[in-house]
Amino acid sequence: MEQIPFLEATPLLAVMASLVAVPLIALSGNRPNLREFWTFLAGGVKLFLVLSMASWILAGHTHTYELWQILPGISLTFVVDGFGMLFALVASSLWILTSIYSIGYMRALDEHAQTRYFCFFAVSLSATLGVAFSGNLLTLYLFYEMLSLSTYPLVTHHQDEEARSGGRKYLTYLLSTSIGLALPAMLITYSITGTLDFNSMGVFGEGVSKGVLVALLLMFVFGFSKAGMMPFHSWLPGAMVAPTPVSALLHAVAVVKVGVFSIGRILTGIFGIDLMASQDLNTIVCIIASFTVLVSSLIALSQDNLKRRLAFSTVGQLSYIILGIGLATKLGVEGGMTHIAMHAFGKITLFFCAGAIFVATGKQYISQMVGIGRRMPITMFAFFVGSLSVIGLPPAGGLISKLMMVRGALEADMAWVLAVYLVSSFLNAAYFLPIVYKAYFCTEEEALFENKVQEAPLCCWLPPAITATISVVLFFYPSIFLGFAQVMMIGR
Amino acid sequence: MIQSQLPILIIVMPLLMALVIFLLGHKNEGLCFYLHVLGMAGLFAAALGILDQVVTSGTAIHYYLGGWPAPYGIELVIDHLNSMVIAMVAAVTLLVAFYSRQTVPAEVPMRTEHEKVPLRVRNYYVLYNLLVAGLLGLTATGDAFNLYVLLEIATLSTYGLLALGRGRAYYATFKYLIMGTIGASFYLLGVGYLFIMTGSLNMADLFTLLDTAFMQQSMSITIAFAMILVGVWVKMAFFPFHGWLPNAYTVASTTSSCLIAPLMTKVSVYVMIRLMFSVFSAQYVFEILGWQKIVVPMAAAAILFGSISALGQKNLKRMLTYIVVAEVGYMVGGAWLGNVNGYTGAVYHILADGMMTLCVFMAIGAVSYKTGDASLESMRGIFRKMPVTSVVFLVGAFAMIGIPPTCGFFSKWYLVTGAYEAGQWLFLGALLASSLINAIIFFRIIETGYFPDFNKAHGHGHHTDKTVVAEAPLSMLVPMVITASSLVLIGLFSKDIINNLIRHSVPPGLF
Repeated sequence: MEQIPFLEATPLLAVMASLVAVPLIALSGNRPNLREFWTFLAGGVKLFLVLSMASWILAGHTHTYELWQILPGISLTFVVDGFGMLFALVASSLWILTSIYSIGYMRALDEHAQTRYFCFFAVSLSATLGVAFSGNLLTLYLFYEMLSLSTYPLVTHHQDEEARSGGRKYLTYLLSTSIGLALPAMLITYSITGTLDFNSMGVFGEGVSKGVLVALLLMFVFGFSKAGMMPFHSWLPGAMVAPTPVSALLHAVAVVKVGVFSIGRILTGIFGIDLMASQDLNTIVCIIASFTVLVSSLIALSQDNLKRRLAFSTVGQLSYIILGIGLATKLGVEGGMTHIAMHAFGKITLFFCAGAIFVATGKQYISQMVGIGRRMPITMFAFFVGSLSVIGLPPAGGLISKLMMVRGALEADMAWVLAVYLVSSFLNAAYFLPIVYKAYFCTEEEALFENKVQEAPLCCWLPPAITATISVVLFFYPSIFLGFAQVMMIGR
Repeated sequence: MIQSQLPILIIVMPLLMALVIFLLGHKNEGLCFYLHVLGMAGLFAAALGILDQVVTSGTAIHYYLGGWPAPYGIELVIDHLNSMVIAMVAAVTLLVAFYSRQTVPAEVPMRTEHEKVPLRVRNYYVLYNLLVAGLLGLTATGDAFNLYVLLEIATLSTYGLLALGRGRAYYATFKYLIMGTIGASFYLLGVGYLFIMTGSLNMADLFTLLDTAFMQQSMSITIAFAMILVGVWVKMAFFPFHGWLPNAYTVASTTSSCLIAPLMTKVSVYVMIRLMFSVFSAQYVFEILGWQKIVVPMAAAAILFGSISALGQKNLKRMLTYIVVAEVGYMVGGAWLGNVNGYTGAVYHILADGMMTLCVFMAIGAVSYKTGDASLESMRGIFRKMPVTSVVFLVGAFAMIGIPPTCGFFSKWYLVTGAYEAGQWLFLGALLASSLINAIIFFRIIETGYFPDFNKAHGHGHHTDKTVVAEAPLSMLVPMVITASSLVLIGLFSKDIINNLIRHSVPPGLF
């Protein structure tokens, strides 16, 4: 056995890093600069801890750290593997960028209760990494619920009537599905198999009837409704009442990806892709996901509120990932996992831009953004790059993962999935590119903005510029994230 | 030496303390409080001593009163099951003892103008001690008739404590008194039948005597079992015998409801479990009678009824009492599932639910102590005004909903698994539905605490954003924080509680 090049407890420390910062943030509420320093310190430590495990994981190892035996036979366990690392890396690196952005956004708009905001942001990041490093379903469920609850104060940050109804919808959907579907599914799984540990061979083995498997599959897929599978998606557009940095990190990256990640874990670690393929469960997942992909893209077309359009686009893209993993082939799963990262960088850019536009001009509706490229060239260029990535056009990272999923569909002999990908990519282009087109190419009369560059504060346009750049870098060096996904599929 | 006397000490100590407080406390209410806390602390230490003895020795403690051997004399039997319940009862009574420092003098109403303050405080603590003596005694006893006597000591003190409330307290308590007496009569009749058939009252002796084909086929024994069950169900407010509970507990004083709501129903559930498995047997209950086909659906009905009624309440305390009714359904259903997981869930829930009921009742009590009422509106802005109290309330709420790692999650874990294994789909559905309804109930409260009043803001111009922190006194906060932490600890240590205590108490015949 080789010596691991980091501490045994590193996954725990990475999870705890932001949680430890919470009291520090809370105590320095009167001194905003010190308060934000704690956020960055925690973010830096977190990213460092995650990175310190990266090379070991890329070398094909996994790291298990058992924390606490909580029930006879079930422990709180952290397992670091390729899939978890990929997600943890995305979440912890984007947290730092979002924090820069948060400062710009929250201070520019002079938001109230900023201390509370940064506190709960840190808590939710702990929960996110907890999900990423969960070694079994119980641990995952624990952090999943922690995330639902800790993001509620962020979603309802404005504390007005709109926030209240958005928050109600948020918790109603998330809690009712997790308690009503995911929890019993988990218990039944445990009752049948006696284990909840993730295992690439699946836990069910022979002899579980197909009816039970299908029922459990549906309960799991809809139970983790953070993934926004229709008909349990409408919390996501509702949660757009949150401040934009929250929407950006939580509703394009952390929260929704936690849902997708959980479903991905269950498909690959509880059912196992062999069982998925042999029992035709992959077809069921693909049908559900395809439906969501297409319908949400159509709805997105009709949204005039930019954040709502982005939200519906997210709903569609999340199901892309599930569709990819649901194919249950090597390339499909790799593509789906990688798309978590690719979409994260693309979509967070778009959200950052939407917020920057709001900070600089107060505009939220697409119809009011004609000619905005003249006023905010950097922001809109970043927006352009972000939309390329989400659509899946070169030179942005989204193409790579989409291409892999398309090849995965062929590998799985499901040609109709190919059609879904093509149609939806076309729809993606149809709802994004006109925004960019109208921003730059319009007549003098049409333009709603003067021809004078006036960007949002530095803290608001720099993060999207960085994430847009990374999106392009990922096109040329996709292996940064693809490597982790490939580690998961070694030997297949 | 004192080690071997612990089982009787936990009964005699509060009895004596009642007397001491009665004699010494008529002038000075502070003295009453300190004596009381001292007594309860001693009791808690004794309870821990017993728990330690049982866990280390791994066998039950048998204590023969006056040295008379069973079945002729009275026997106290403390095994893995009731040592846990005793520890829970002692912990709750100690925590509430601290909590009562300010609430008792403030809340116990004077009947006449001439009545002196210390006197009514003294009377309150005397009743409190008698209740504790009764509860601990009926938990520790190994004798079916002795159990009746101690149950009545406990219930009679409860009547007194509840009647010391405001407004309609007398009337509500009177209704409870009628119901409680009917329940006690049923129980006594049942024990009478058993005595006629077997000539014995000792539980272990009854167990052997009833274990014959003749007894198991006997109609009289069936009737005895039915009567005992109905009697205990009335005492624990099991649906449809629940009517008295919401009325009596709502109008009671804060201290009384904090003390009685967690204990009375839970101890009655313990009594049911004890009688089902230690007097009768799992085989008799589940195979020969097979009543679980009726009782488990009844439990599901109790859960649904309690939860849905709670949803409709405006008064928070009344809402909590309906949740108590629902939680009784959890435990009765779990015990009647007839498998190890259901049993484990029910017994674990006695502990978990005792602590979480205490937690939410204390939090709501603190709010009503500061704001003067317990309506939903009294929670407005509570996160700013009473930050500690609201965190305590949140933890309690999470436990009630069943969010890990609070203890509520783990009892649900076992109950749902047990329901699945027994194929009791109705019960399983009811458990999940009640979690969801609890989520709605508690988030409605949390939302009220978190958001400003929109109607008011529009009607009367803007609110000033200056809210002054006005926390409850330390004597209330400390026990509240301890209780809230215990909810998480009981959850995190659920493996140890189950492996060291509950697994050892699983009655033979369950799988």
